[in-house]
Amino acid sequence: MSVLSETIDWFSRSSTWSGNDGIPHRLVEHLGYTALTVGIAAVVAVPLGLYIGHTGRLRGLAVAFTGAVRALPTLGLLTWFALLVGLGLTAPITALVLLAVPPLLAGVYSGVESVDQRTVDAARAQGMTEIQILTRVEVPLGLSIILGGLRSATLQVVATATVGAFIGLGGLGRYIIDGQRSSDYPQMLGGSLVVVVLALLLDGAWAIAQSLTSGRHTRVLV
Amino acid sequence: MTWAWENRELVLELFWRHAWLSAIPVVVGGLLAVPVGWFSHRNPRLRGGVLALVSLLYTVPSLPLLVILPLVIGTGFLSPLNVLIALTIYAVAIMARTANDAFGSVSPAVLDAARATGYAPARLAFTVELPLAGPVLLAGLRVVSVSTVSLVSIGALIGVSSLGSLFTDGYQRDFTTEIVVGIVATVVLALLFDAVLVLLGRLAMPWARSQRSVTPTQGRWAAFFTRGGVSAGGDAL
Repeated sequence: MSVLSETIDWFSRSSTWSGNDGIPHRLVEHLGYTALTVGIAAVVAVPLGLYIGHTGRLRGLAVAFTGAVRALPTLGLLTWFALLVGLGLTAPITALVLLAVPPLLAGVYSGVESVDQRTVDAARAQGMTEIQILTRVEVPLGLSIILGGLRSATLQVVATATVGAFIGLGGLGRYIIDGQRSSDYPQMLGGSLVVVVLALLLDGAWAIAQSLTSGRHTRVLV
Repeated sequence: MTWAWENRELVLELFWRHAWLSAIPVVVGGLLAVPVGWFSHRNPRLRGGVLALVSLLYTVPSLPLLVILPLVIGTGFLSPLNVLIALTIYAVAIMARTANDAFGSVSPAVLDAARATGYAPARLAFTVELPLAGPVLLAGLRVVSVSTVSLVSIGALIGVSSLGSLFTDGYQRDFTTEIVVGIVATVVLALLFDAVLVLLGRLAMPWARSQRSVTPTQGRWAAFFTRGGVSAGGDAL
């Protein structure tokens, strides 16, 4: 169990916690990439998903796009973009956005579609405009599923940003890639554990947000 | 593309390795997940717990999992076994929820009718429930297969070679063609697996052929989102 004690040792070193290669800095980088990517993906996917969910148009296209992106290997995409675009944030962030859009898109249109058609018809019969139906009926009622899409996208990005360290991205993946290059297993293991904890915490936060909104969902329905 | 032809032996060898590294987790994961899904469907009180546990497994990102696994199971750091086990875990995580839904999709009236005609529990499970859950199980397995094939490449980062090695090698040599060949080969492999699964499905379930087919993406997102609850996400890892 020497690896384990060496990993504990890695965690207890002060250099692990300070400077540009310290956990706090890497964590902030990782969260920054995640927020940036999910933000950009949301700007693209949310309006599109609302449109698809509300009108039912382009649905086949969205499903096909989602399936096609899913089949692409993330590492292949990252390295390809890196060689095409060169060093810097553009390549990894573009690849991450591309991977975050499908789950987000699917979450948004599935959420809107999940609303009972009778409820939508009732809203229309009351004289609501299409925009009102979308913002006051479909989005509130489908919010839990829409957040599910954000949740999946976040997980996807946290995981892929880790892999991004291979093409020079900062963040927590650095410990794994740098550790691998210098055969420093304790550092790899330590970094891995931090990523896992981060993923679980973010997933838990989204789960709480989802359960809060689905609570409102039932109250509205009752 | 001349590069791919000149290096066809290497590409083909990596293709086969990739195929094995994907096929084993899909088969083993599928076989493990079906009983889990059946169990959780049969025990509504435990269902929440079982499904929460499997989706928790899915939350663990792949690269960190590949680093942590050797320590937990005592394999060598470069052992392909790490990739096989990690991908089996993900396969179970995706498939168990779908299997649960698949058994939930079987009409209770049909089960009652089978019981009334004297089917014993085991015979009921294998000859009535399983075949009727088949189409949804197949849709789930197709999702698992696509995601597994695309995930195997990550192993290249820790030295387990597959088509992913073309990505790491191409990147280090600043050689785009090699990466593109790797991506194309991975997609071809995913399509091949999908075709095999569809074919096996038609052989095993000839009656389902006339019904509207469930595409992998529809199956995937339907399973992940329309159920509301905990979403297992895309192949995040």
